[in-house]
Amino acid sequence: MSTSSFTTRRDFIKGSAAATGALVIGFTLPMTSRFSQAAAAATPGAGFAPNAFLRIAPNGQVTVVCGLSEMGQGVHMGIASLVAEELDADWKSVQLEQAPVDKAYNNPLFGMQATGGSTAIRGHYEPMRKAGAAAREMLVAAAATQWGVDAAACRTQDGRVLGPDGKSAGYGDLVAAASKLPVPQNPTLKDPKDFRILGKGLTRIDTPAKVNGSAGFGIDVKLPGLLTAVMVHAPVPGAKIVSVDDAAAKAIPGVKQVVQIPQGVAVLADGYWTALKGRDALVVKWDDGPLGSLSSEGISKLLTDATTRPGAVARNDGDVTVAVAKTVEAVYEAPYLAHACMEPMNCTAWVRAGEAEVWAPTQGPGPHLGIVAQLTGLPPEKVQVHTTYLGGGFGRRFAPDFVIASTLISKAAGVPVKLVYTREDDMRAWFYRPASVTRFTAGLDAAGNPVSLTARVASPALSIAAGFAKELPKGIDDTAIEGIGDMLYAFPNLRVEYARTEPGIPPWFWRSVGHSQNVYFIEAFIDELAAAAGRDPVEFRRALLSKQPRLRGVLDLAAQKSGWGSPLPKGMHRGVAITTCFGSFVAQVAEVSMAADGKPRVQRIVAAVDCGLTVNPDVIQRQVEGAVVYGLSAAMYGKITFKNGRVEQSNFTDYPMLRMDEMPRVEVHIVPSTEAPGGIGEPGLPAATPAVVNAIFAATGKRIRTLPI
Amino acid sequence: MISLSLNGKTVQLSATPDTPLLWALRDELGYTGTKFGCGIAACGACTVHVDGKATRACVTTIEAVAGKQVTTIEAMDSNRIGQALQAAWIRNDVPQCGYCQSGQIMSAAALLARNPKPNDADIDEAMRRNLCRCGTYNRIRAAIKDAAATLSA
Repeated sequence: MSTSSFTTRRDFIKGSAAATGALVIGFTLPMTSRFSQAAAAATPGAGFAPNAFLRIAPNGQVTVVCGLSEMGQGVHMGIASLVAEELDADWKSVQLEQAPVDKAYNNPLFGMQATGGSTAIRGHYEPMRKAGAAAREMLVAAAATQWGVDAAACRTQDGRVLGPDGKSAGYGDLVAAASKLPVPQNPTLKDPKDFRILGKGLTRIDTPAKVNGSAGFGIDVKLPGLLTAVMVHAPVPGAKIVSVDDAAAKAIPGVKQVVQIPQGVAVLADGYWTALKGRDALVVKWDDGPLGSLSSEGISKLLTDATTRPGAVARNDGDVTVAVAKTVEAVYEAPYLAHACMEPMNCTAWVRAGEAEVWAPTQGPGPHLGIVAQLTGLPPEKVQVHTTYLGGGFGRRFAPDFVIASTLISKAAGVPVKLVYTREDDMRAWFYRPASVTRFTAGLDAAGNPVSLTARVASPALSIAAGFAKELPKGIDDTAIEGIGDMLYAFPNLRVEYARTEPGIPPWFWRSVGHSQNVYFIEAFIDELAAAAGRDPVEFRRALLSKQPRLRGVLDLAAQKSGWGSPLPKGMHRGVAITTCFGSFVAQVAEVSMAADGKPRVQRIVAAVDCGLTVNPDVIQRQVEGAVVYGLSAAMYGKITFKNGRVEQSNFTDYPMLRMDEMPRVEVHIVPSTEAPGGIGEPGLPAATPAVVNAIFAATGKRIRTLPI
Repeated sequence: MISLSLNGKTVQLSATPDTPLLWALRDELGYTGTKFGCGIAACGACTVHVDGKATRACVTTIEAVAGKQVTTIEAMDSNRIGQALQAAWIRNDVPQCGYCQSGQIMSAAALLARNPKPNDADIDEAMRRNLCRCGTYNRIRAAIKDAAATLSA
């Protein structure tokens, strides 16, 4: 089944897009002069734009240009603060501009203009500081020349150059002279102990627009002559249209056009409501294709069976066949999950003669621009992608489906089109965190010390589904085993195997990716081993982490802050879990009570985080809080299931998430560090679920080996 | 034509009477601060006030609000409670992606209008039907209490 489903996946995007070759995720623009042209146009005369990331106007206004997508993670503020710090800007004079697509804005960790993988600060910490520092050196040089003094005698503060004898000039007054100077390639960066902006809590620059309704999300795009499109989407991946009866739809007043594209049929109208009524009046018959009989029971069996056979060897330390005194075995399973961003998928496209423009809440404006170019046959320089605010991303908005469909609809209809997914369309759009099954076998010696561990992981290969790889090196998909294959626990004998298993449902990136299920698996199983050994869960982990000071450091901090080992109020129970991912280290202790109906109630999460140097403590706190809620929503309620090839869930009624009255207290403790910054959008997620299920074990003696709870 | 009062001004709507208020606001009048989340009153992103009461605009037809007073997020900076909430939202840096926050503020404003000093249970009851995928609930709770404190000061 794996081969055919692989083909199906490729067809789903490639075929429906009528695009060529592999999914063009890796696309980047050739080096163009578009930015320099844009910068020149934006800063006529005396403006100063030493590089792609920064402009200073004659009035002193600093504009930081950010190629990353703001989806709630605070990246606009983060990028602006990196530039402003080294520029010694007056923070109040800094504004943020969303960049166009240009190679200059490629994410250094991806090689394309895209946001995800908790890479924003990790990838831009040095480049953005250098951008600010280069400008600062030029402004200082301009002032020193003007004053006839040595540049070394000048310093900068809050948007001004300060010289000897009380000399002072605002940056705005220096931009004309500075812009004539060469741009330093290796400017001197500050010692972090001299930071004045980084490391402090700053009010986010996107907050005011987000409390008065003025923030522009993709769904808010307005254009003259814009029509709204609502689609009938394929009910099953790979399904093909057999027939379309659009007579009833076309009879609805206000319906302007009905457009068929490979992905489905779109009804176009002046607004969403009429387009929806038209869509609901369409009669579309489909040939389900080979996946029409797919069921969740079948998928579960396929994955579980795969763990009974040897897989590709991802790691083999020592010899797991050594004799042991006690064997512990368990099988864990996680379901498919939807992202359920609050803003349903949407995209506005306007394909005109010789050019195309797209406005999208997208995590991948770079690759998506390449896709639009391919779909329209236009050269990339004739395509523009405007990135709006994103009403949530979580990996979902890296997928191109909404860009592809809106582009094809606009191309066919000849008008600007805003395609809006209904919530049900969004929930059933076939981009899911994959289901996964892992079988663990571990051995303890007579004293209860862990001796060996074998983990056999069965799940689809995301790297292939996403177009990142055509085949798996040595049969291993890194995202499928991350969190297990790279574990830091020092088992003397450790073997990790991967059984690529493709039930046919396209897997996609979901906040923290493979860690989202694998850390649950391994941390719940480690708890089982601790119990089998008769050891305390924190002590059992510490003993396996003697050479991992950062991971053990967060474990110790979370234990200390949560009062691990101290008595709890009656009815409260603790569980612990740890993770290392995206360059950061996180430990969480969950406090859980059990309601009379047996339902667990998460009361408190104590998180300890070591994400290297703190760029913004408030952002770290909020991202960890948010990741905990995202993880717990999945743990408590999240599952996408299939019957006859169709998704059974539809809306927030049957795909619930945590609500205000279920929200635990979340405490976030940050380890002071001078290490390079790690990621923070995702690392707060993986440990929340195992901490909770381990607390449920403490409460009930029952192991939770499948989700949702 | 259906007539109603929007943020204190009379507006005429040409959309069909069964059109949900959400889409008349967004598509006909260009008031895009009110958001579409689910279409079935399950998430609260579309919350507006109808005669002062928090109402889900995605399932409320314009026919049902003919002649009534409709208030949206765009008018929240022109009343005392709205101003206090917006200031508290900024002080507490509540939003992440921000998409649900119009609805959150509208639900919170209706709460404070009828209960100037809500306790945790009151806040849970008033806000539990407003979903936030970014997990800002604890910040929302703190901001509501913060706004309540400034209003009673």
